Formats: sequence, structure tokens, C-alpha cells
Amino acid sequence: MSQASNNKLFAKGWMIAVYTFLYLPIITLVVFSFNDSKLVTVWSHASFRWYEALVKDTALIEAVLLSLKIAFLSALMSVFFGTFTAFALNRYKRFKGRTLLSSMSSMPLVMPDVIVGLSLLLMIVSVQHWLGYPQKGLLTILLGHALLGTAYAAVVVTSRLREMDSKLDEAAMDLGCKPWQVFTLVTFPLLTPALVSAFLLTFTLSFDDVVLSSFLSGPGYSTMPMVIFSRARLGLNPTINAVATVTIIVVTIAVIASSFYTSYQERKRRREEAQAYSDTNK
Amino acid sequence: MAKNQGLLNKLLDGRNAVIGVPYFWFLLLAAIPLLIVLKISLSEMEGTQVSNMIDWREGWPKLTLNFSSYQFILTDSLYIKTYLSSIKYALITTLLCLVIGYPFAYFMARSPKHLQPMLLMLIMLPFWTSFLLRIYAWKTLLVSNGVINNILMSLHIIDAPLAMMNNSFSLLLGMVYSYLPFMILPLYANLSKLDLRYLEAAADLGTSPFKAFWLITVPLSKAGIIAGSMLVFIPAVGEYVIPELLGGSSTLMIGRVLWDEFFSNYDWPMASAVAVVMILLILLPMAVYNKSQAELSEGKS
Repeated sequence: MSQASNNKLFAKGWMIAVYTFLYLPIITLVVFSFNDSKLVTVWSHASFRWYEALVKDTALIEAVLLSLKIAFLSALMSVFFGTFTAFALNRYKRFKGRTLLSSMSSMPLVMPDVIVGLSLLLMIVSVQHWLGYPQKGLLTILLGHALLGTAYAAVVVTSRLREMDSKLDEAAMDLGCKPWQVFTLVTFPLLTPALVSAFLLTFTLSFDDVVLSSFLSGPGYSTMPMVIFSRARLGLNPTINAVATVTIIVVTIAVIASSFYTSYQERKRRREEAQAYSDTNK
Repeated sequence: MAKNQGLLNKLLDGRNAVIGVPYFWFLLLAAIPLLIVLKISLSEMEGTQVSNMIDWREGWPKLTLNFSSYQFILTDSLYIKTYLSSIKYALITTLLCLVIGYPFAYFMARSPKHLQPMLLMLIMLPFWTSFLLRIYAWKTLLVSNGVINNILMSLHIIDAPLAMMNNSFSLLLGMVYSYLPFMILPLYANLSKLDLRYLEAAADLGTSPFKAFWLITVPLSKAGIIAGSMLVFIPAVGEYVIPELLGGSSTLMIGRVLWDEFFSNYDWPMASAVAVVMILLILLPMAVYNKSQAELSEGKS
């Protein structure tokens, strides 16, 4: 019997060790953001000094606002094109060039960021050569992030489409719905949770990206990760800890809220389904 | 006119639009850019301009292919060394993730059912917080006057700070840290579906738990192992941010070489050639991954 309890102890120890490994850097970031010392790694006493510095750091705040703007717009684009991609690949099993579309859509997932960034930049430079447009800046960063996001959004929407019962679509069509009505009345509502999680995922990806932005950005367009990256290369900077803590708090709240939202939606859907079945059986 | 109408209708037809929109999007942003990379890798720099590959002379196009960048990569030992060392670091990262992640995913799949969603969310949560900030955090922990050295020295465990930064240790630590969730998630998905009756049958037949693990659990989770390994290995080969922040100048990684060729040397053909060779390196593991995924979905149906 002691063998079994030893095994359990080992399993618990292993899991605790891995979680410690994953959370140790995050906890350190948060703790040292409240450190008064200018030395990032030596604790003196608690203060909000670096949060005050953060509020006055206009370069960083501008970068945060730019990143939020890019993340929001690129997430919208990603969900839009990702949904199209998922539908094209899942609803139409046979069409010319399906393999090409599916490998193109997984390209941004498997290629290293540096290659995606380089290839997009070279493409944009060629287009610029011909048309004199677009200038490197907001639009070009947006295109890069939307490309990456589309690939991820397509994966999220695809997994939901596979779970979904196509009988519901067929039933709606039998009852006389036009294809666009089937989409707006049946498919879209069922797809909403997946669209929300695809939006959150692609928003985070964009908000986090440093490599694509560095390739695609022009003068005057520094995103938050670009500013943090250039400061982190030079050394340690306590203001970064303060930004980190703020983002960690926001993200944690968002993740918890969205998981509550998804489970609420799921419960609601099940209740309505059960209701519908019991109504038809009356 | 009527023909035009027909064309317009065809374009607006649901099926064609649903397929056409993503097709156009990915052709423009994924396929064509890669072809341009290939094209530029076969040209050379003329001053600050990339040379024209097609020259129009007397009305006829003259195609000039320039393999000098590839020649340079193949003959300069630094490039070959860098490619090999990128593969080496990516392989070690994958192995370490597997060694740490497999037992973890196994224990997670065996933990009480009601705890599993929370354990899973705790693995996902760091993934949602900025990757860059988490790498930066390791820097504050590892530098010679960093948090870990300070604690160890104040406890008198060590007298002089340990050199944990800007070497292969810090690079591998950062890579394992960032990619571990990518290993754990597919393994957990696989192991949580494992039919426990196989293990019971083996135990009834007198197989020791240790032997049953190697003969039953590991082979059955092969798909998860391959998926996880590829999800770690492929991005790790081309990683740029982690080597730049944690690796120091002594660790060679190909992503950094590409970056420097582009941003410091302004040598676009060279950067493109490095990218093309990198793509060739990734194609093989990708083919393995796709094959295993295809087998997996066939097995399911």
C-alpha cells in the first residue's frame, strides 16, 4: 500500500514543481513591480513608484494604445477571414485547389515568425515599388497580424464546426430557409462561442507579437512589445515590471470571465436543446 | 451584357465567395510573399537595391539567376554551424519538454475528474500572458545580480554568483519554459482518452505497472508524442526572441542570423536565402507531423 501512496506523492510533487516553474517568473515580475529600489533584483520596500513612472511614460503609453488598436482591428479581421477559411475547408470537401488552401492556411502556424515577417515585408516592398503604396506603418502591421490571426481563428472555428450538428442546418433548409438565413439564424448563433474565443486568442497573439511588427512597422509606429523588447535588450527596467503586472491582471480577469461566459453559453444551449426535445415529445 | 451578368452572379454565388475570399487572402499574404522570398534569394544586392532578375533587352526577357547567397551559405562554416546548432537546441528543447511534460500530462489525466478543467486552465493561463514579458522575467531571475543568485548568496549556499545568463543554459531554460504547454496539451488530450481497461487487463495477466506503462501507455500515446514534439521543435528551430534576450552572443541560432542579415547588413538576398534553407529544414518534420495527423484522423473515422 505504501507503494501506491509513494506514487501519489511523486505525482503531486512533479505537478507542483512544473506549476512552480511556470508561475515563478510571473510572480517575480509582479512582486518586484512594487519594489522601491532602482535595482530591479534587490528588494528594498514596497511602493508604487514604478506605476507613477509608468503613468508619466508617454512613449510606452502611446505604444500600448497603438497595440490595443492594432490588436482589436486585426482580431476582427482574423475572425472574419478565419471563419471564411473554416467554412471553405469544412463545408466544401471537394473543390479545385483545396489542398493548396489548407496548406496556405496552416503556413503561418508552422513557419517561424522571422520568415513570415520577412516574406510579408518583401511582398509589401514590391507592391510599393509598383503602386507607391502602402507605406510601412499601421496598415502593414495590421496585415501581418491578421494573416497570423486568420490561421489561428480558422483552427478554432473549424473545431467548433466539426462538433456542430449539420442536421440543424439541413432542418432549417427543409423548413424553407434560404442559405443566408440558415447562416444568420442557425449557424451563426451556434458558432458565437467559437468566434468569441477566436477573437480573444487572435487579440492576444497580436498584442504579444514583436517579430512581425518589427519587420512591418515604419517610423513612428512602435507597438508595446517593440518598446518593451528594445528596453529589455538594453537591460532591466522596473517600469516593464509595472506594465507586466497591469497586463497580467487584465488578462487573468479576461480569461476567467470568458471561461465563465463559455460555460454559461454551453449550459444555456443544453437547456434550450432539452426544452426543445421535451416540447416536441409532448 | 448577359455574359457579364452571368459572371457577376457566379462571383456572388455563395459557394464561390466562401472559397474565393480566403483563397485571395492567403494567396496575397502567404503564397506570393514566399515566392518573392525565393525570387530575391536568387538575386544579389546592387548598392542599396536588389538586382533585377528579369532584364528586358531588345524586347526579350533575360533571366539571371544568382546563386551566390546559397554558395555562401554552403561554403561559409559559420552558417552551417548555426543551422546545426539551431537544430541541436531545438532537439534538446523538445526532449526536455517531453521528459518534463509526459509525466505531467500523465498525472494530470489521472487526477480527479473535477480538478482537471482547473489544472488545464492553469497550464493555459501563462500562455495568455505576454510571452515577451515572461522571457524578460527570466532575465531578472537569472542575471549575476539577479533574484536567484541574490537569494542563494544571502543563504550562504554559494559564495560567488552562478553564471546562469547568456549561455546555453539560459537559452534552453527559456525555450523549455515557453514551449512546455505546447507539449503538455496534445499529450494530455491523448492520455485522457486512454482506455484504462487495457492496463487492468495487463495487471490481471501479471504485468508489472512499470512494464505496462512502457508496453501499453507509451505506444498508445504515440500520436500525442509526435504532435507535441512537432509543436515544440518547429517553432524552436526558428526562434528569435528567446536567443536574443537570453542566449547571449555565444549561442548560435539561425533566426537571429536572418534578423541580423536583414536589419544590420541590409543584405536582403542573403536573408532570403537563409529563410529558404530554414524552410527546407522544417519541411521534413512537417511532413512527419502531417502524416501522423492524417493517420490519426483516419483511425478516428
